[in-house]
Amino acid sequence: MKVSILQFPGTNCEYDTEYAFKKLGADTEIVWHKSQNIPNDTDLLVVAGGFSYGDYLRSGAIAKFSPVMKAVAEYAAEGGKVLGICNGFQVLTEAGLLPGALKRNEGLHFISKHHHLKVVSNDNVFLKKLSNGDVVNIPIAHHDGNYYIDEAGLQELEANGQVLLKYTDANGEIQNPNGSVESIAGICNKEKNVFGLMPHPERAMEALLGSADGVNMLQGFFES
Amino acid sequence: MIKAIVNVYLKAGVLDSQGKAVHHALDSLGFNAVKDVRVGKQIVLQLDETDKEKAMSDVTEMCEELLANTVIEDYNIELV
Repeated sequence: MKVSILQFPGTNCEYDTEYAFKKLGADTEIVWHKSQNIPNDTDLLVVAGGFSYGDYLRSGAIAKFSPVMKAVAEYAAEGGKVLGICNGFQVLTEAGLLPGALKRNEGLHFISKHHHLKVVSNDNVFLKKLSNGDVVNIPIAHHDGNYYIDEAGLQELEANGQVLLKYTDANGEIQNPNGSVESIAGICNKEKNVFGLMPHPERAMEALLGSADGVNMLQGFFES
Repeated sequence: MIKAIVNVYLKAGVLDSQGKAVHHALDSLGFNAVKDVRVGKQIVLQLDETDKEKAMSDVTEMCEELLANTVIEDYNIELV
């Protein structure tokens, strides 16, 4: 299992992501955004979190023009698995690889805390180790995590099982921290090979640090 | 030289949380005549161009590709 992790100027979760996947037994490689291609043996490409280009203009808006993004689009089009976490999710929506957009949090504050999420659709490689209705406890840390999609787009997401995760309380009841449409925390594309979520599973790998619920999420990618 | 002023706002129908917060603050200050507030951003471009039509079409392309995210934002362009 080879995980390649994208690094833009301002990315700051690449080493946490590397730690998480190494802990699960993967080989990892950090790929600088100026690279024209991604490693040939990549089984999973992760667009890591952070503040690419300082979030200037809009989160992810400038990163989408980095040289490596052309290779990312080609990799995704060929069915390669792509996971965008936090800023990575924002980059993937800006690049048009995932539908919708991430707006400023409804309360306007940067939110940094553990939050519960409910699995809505496990019919995909990412969440197949979990069951629908499972509740996990995962850190969130974002200013622009307010997922927006228009009504028609939402219906399409729901019809295709593309809504992966929703923000809830510990009992799985909807609890929306940031104003996201339908409390959505994570989605995938129609082909179910490109995934994006605002919460940070790579920061939930050690029970000692508050939660190890990220292990079961990221492990989904290890079994075909 | 042509100066282009680009205004970018959230689309009507997309909740503008910043506008709502500013509206609330103005209301608290006693400016009760304010009925709606939209907060956007202004991007000012200096173009090495003399043809206004060309400038307009270039800036429109810039908006579509980068300056606005048309999933959630509208824009308007003023040439000076």
